[in-house]
Amino acid sequence: MTLSTSALGGLLQRHQNDPSRLVQILREVQDANGVISPRDVTELAQALGLPRARVEGVAGFYSFLSTVPRGQYRVLFSDNITDQLQGSHALRDSLCHAFEVHLDELSRDGLVSIGATSCTGLGDQGPALLVNGRAIGRLDPGRIGVIAALIRGRTPLDRWPKELFAVTDTIHRADLLLASRLEPGEAIDAAIVRGAQGTIEEVKQSRLRGRGGAGFSTATKWEACRVTPGPERFVVCNADEGEPGTFKDRVLLRQFADLVVEGMTVCAWAVGAQKGFIYLRGEYLFLLDHLEAVLQRRREAGLLGHHLRDQETFDFDVEVHLGAGAYVCGEESALIESLEGKRGIPRNRPPYPVTHGYKQKPTVVNNVETLAAAALIARHGAAWFTAKGTATSAGTKIHSVSGDVARPGLYELPWGTTIAELLELAGAKNTQAVQVGGPSGVCLASDGFKRRFGFEDVPTAGAFMVFDSSRAMVEVAENFARFFAHESCGFCTPCRVGTTLMHRALQRIVAGHGTKRDLKELKYVAQLLKVASHCGLGTTAGNPVLDTLERFRPSYQRRIRSFDVLPSFDLDQALAPAREITGRDDPEAHFEEDAP
Amino acid sequence: MTAPAKSAKKLKVATASLAGCFGCHMSLLDIDERLFDLLELVELDRSPLTDLKHCGPCDLGLLEGGLCNAENVHVLREFRRQCKTLVAVGACAITGGLPAQRNSLDVRECLQTVYLTGPSTTHARIPNDPELPLPLDRVHPLHDVVRIDYFLPGCPPSADAFWELITALIAGRTPALGHDRLRYD
Repeated sequence: MTLSTSALGGLLQRHQNDPSRLVQILREVQDANGVISPRDVTELAQALGLPRARVEGVAGFYSFLSTVPRGQYRVLFSDNITDQLQGSHALRDSLCHAFEVHLDELSRDGLVSIGATSCTGLGDQGPALLVNGRAIGRLDPGRIGVIAALIRGRTPLDRWPKELFAVTDTIHRADLLLASRLEPGEAIDAAIVRGAQGTIEEVKQSRLRGRGGAGFSTATKWEACRVTPGPERFVVCNADEGEPGTFKDRVLLRQFADLVVEGMTVCAWAVGAQKGFIYLRGEYLFLLDHLEAVLQRRREAGLLGHHLRDQETFDFDVEVHLGAGAYVCGEESALIESLEGKRGIPRNRPPYPVTHGYKQKPTVVNNVETLAAAALIARHGAAWFTAKGTATSAGTKIHSVSGDVARPGLYELPWGTTIAELLELAGAKNTQAVQVGGPSGVCLASDGFKRRFGFEDVPTAGAFMVFDSSRAMVEVAENFARFFAHESCGFCTPCRVGTTLMHRALQRIVAGHGTKRDLKELKYVAQLLKVASHCGLGTTAGNPVLDTLERFRPSYQRRIRSFDVLPSFDLDQALAPAREITGRDDPEAHFEEDAP
Repeated sequence: MTAPAKSAKKLKVATASLAGCFGCHMSLLDIDERLFDLLELVELDRSPLTDLKHCGPCDLGLLEGGLCNAENVHVLREFRRQCKTLVAVGACAITGGLPAQRNSLDVRECLQTVYLTGPSTTHARIPNDPELPLPLDRVHPLHDVVRIDYFLPGCPPSADAFWELITALIAGRTPALGHDRLRYD
């Protein structure tokens, strides 16, 4: 199947034949057609004036784009550890069984294909899946049965029961951000009164640090962008919330979209930017219409567009870009590459985006939560913000709590709160471990629960996954290793090869084929990744392995059988296909179990 | 490069090609006149050069090629049992190499195409004599099945790389290949 030339032409026209919109264009081709065919690639390359390999390279990079036909219904099960612990693999297998397909295989009638995808951001209401990009949470055998029947009946997605797609936002504890009630425009007006430099000064006084994980000073970033000479500047809201276990931005974008866009506008005023982007992860497609509506409403209210608030020099508008399933695009320079219509491969830094960002122009990239906080600081002042938190970590942090807790959902707490306090609030019992900040963060055992959230102690981007004493931590590590191996962009060898080596070793150990040598090898590779990788994905990919090896070693040792190397696969089973086709069953057609 | 001093006892060395092309063995022979030095230092056990069918206790085993069938696995295990030090030699032993290109195919379909439906088949049937080793479902590198002590990279490893490996092991030092010896074609 290929898109007709005229349909493709119309689509390209809507995007002004702009090659920097390639990811968006490919998304639409994929949506219209279920596949990006070789002819589509050729025609797009010609129309956009790009090498064919470039278009194919981009199409091949993103998980949600496909150059081979997928099912009319493409089902992708969220594969985060929290989904897995809630039984997602059994649910996935039962759906595969219902359609008699293997994982990642197209059914004979082309109706359905079933696969896995990284965390879809529904950790508080999993297990979850995406069907043709639309999220369904709270899966159980009953709902899988309903989905199977709808697919079998070839019911168009628009006619599926709305209830299936319901996503709920549960806020258990609200503080500065989640309890805020800001009228649209209030923060912008306050920023205008302070002036651009004054606004940056106020943000500096607030000691606001980036909420995406790195904790870089927001005012320093804005200032650096502001002082870089150039006619154009950009503000990017990083809504590519890909860290498994995080879902706070999902809630912020739905309940507090105005606040987030307000923060972008304040930033634009402060740094002198004319254009903003919200880079929305593809998994959050269900937020797109809402965000577009908020932006439109703000345009009509004079909060976006020309001469905002009667300021002659203040023009600013915001556009939503959809991602297409790539965790690495949460890294700011990879995100910019993706915005420019390329593969999401992190750039060499320096130069940093503040001087050479989107189209090599000065660009501020801030997390959703950072921008929301910035808007409130502009309105209420720095002192209001610094009244909460600690000396090095001002304000509050929103935690996405999932896993073995009675009350999953969002908890906004001042920095300095202990991990034990959050566990208590969420109703966690018999807690063995918490993964703070997602797989790239830190895994703590009970001796670490008295530690405090904060850049000075336990920093976090907001994920908080809880594992009780019934969980095998080696399986948690295997899940995270699978995640990193899948999400490595493939650019640098240590990460591309190392993440896969780690995953294979963990698979062997989990399956009972592991050895002590594998443990040594794991540690070696994890440390190598830390020092030799190109970007943060690789440097942090070994963290869950190193942490669990250090703190939950018995969980590994229980699965290990031997010091020496064992076959990493079932030898006798490896001869089964050949036995089947030759009809042989003689002794030579088998391996003896106990051979060394 | 000079050969290490002769020791009283010659080192026992075995070599074999599993799913390989013998290119690594040919490259070993490329040490040319150093072969004379080598034969002063080592004694060959099982090897294509001696045509011995089984391997006795050895100091060093050199294996080229990956694992594509049951016999490869048996030979590998015999080498592991008998050799104090076992070296995976060349790309196929280390990664599966060229034969592993079939790993994206179903081995049943491979056999069907080759023996039943291929254009040049006559008396079409899939051989099933118990004397023939069955192919594995996938081609594996050696370290998937046994412990490997050293990996000698290259396709093939150069003669100098072989020489460094062997002379270092005889001299009792850890072999080290500089950048100039690491080459892949």
